[in-house]
Amino acid sequence: MTPLATPLAPAAGHVAAAVEKVEPNVEAFIMMVVLTLLAAITIAIVKQRNMFGVVILSGIYSFLMASLMMVLDAVDVAMTEASVGAGISTVLLLATLHLTGSMEYPQHRSIAIPLFVSLAVGAILVWGTIGLPEFGIADAPMHQHVAPTYIEYSKNHQMPPNMVTAVLADFRSFDTFGEVTVVFTAGIGVLLLLQGGWRATSNNRRDDDDDEDVEDAVHGNKEGSSKTAGGRNA
Amino acid sequence: MFYVATGAVLIALLFAVIRAIRGPTVFDRVLAGNTVGTLAILLLAALGFLTGRPEFLDIGLTYGLLNLIGTFAVLKFFRIGDLAYDVTDEQEKSAWK
Repeated sequence: MTPLATPLAPAAGHVAAAVEKVEPNVEAFIMMVVLTLLAAITIAIVKQRNMFGVVILSGIYSFLMASLMMVLDAVDVAMTEASVGAGISTVLLLATLHLTGSMEYPQHRSIAIPLFVSLAVGAILVWGTIGLPEFGIADAPMHQHVAPTYIEYSKNHQMPPNMVTAVLADFRSFDTFGEVTVVFTAGIGVLLLLQGGWRATSNNRRDDDDDEDVEDAVHGNKEGSSKTAGGRNA
Repeated sequence: MFYVATGAVLIALLFAVIRAIRGPTVFDRVLAGNTVGTLAILLLAALGFLTGRPEFLDIGLTYGLLNLIGTFAVLKFFRIGDLAYDVTDEQEKSAWK
């Protein structure tokens, strides 16, 4: 807003102030609605006795939580929450339900200790938030610790112009290297698993079909075994 | 304009969650879950334009894909009871025998 021409500047500043004044209210309102829905979903999960319904409700919970993260401007966390919570967790829980059966039989046991533990932990967490600095202020201790050093150092030493890139690739390069190693290892693991399944099925097929024509078996094997491997690993 | 859209999405979210909690059958819950995923995309879009930063719109694509995969997994589980079941594999085996 500062580089605007002088006659326009007051009006623009006024509009910006009005927008600034309205925005937090909207975000707070959306957060209140979504948090209420989250509480309702949580109570429904506790009440629910059909595990299949619980899996679906937890997927809904994850999508609502991702929306909440989005409102709080944590886009990367929102994406992780959606892909892990609503994506892979749902599939893994369903695979577990295949093994365990999908009804929970009601057990009559005391709820006093779990209720006390959850209330106590919740109270401790709320008590912990009292000591936190106000939401979004610039002179929070987190911004005073190493952030000024990063900014000054990256300005003086010709680091990448994007400060986040400078922090990730220069100041924390060993940390980032470790993360890349983890991702690389996970990729190799997945590739090995897929490859192993493919080989095992193709060997089985060859033992089964040894009386068939060789040419036909080789061609049929490739297609059939890749399909089988895909089905087994899906 | 975007305020109205955001409010409408929130109200729709409320109804979808009510259906997910009350839903007598599993299919009501599956449909409600799918609707909540779609409404999360819409909320993301409306909120992006409301705060003047629609750069996060691409993330809606990821949400859409996840929503599709989740719903497929749930429905496949409900139909067959096994996620690793392969229909083409079964047809192939029966054709060979």
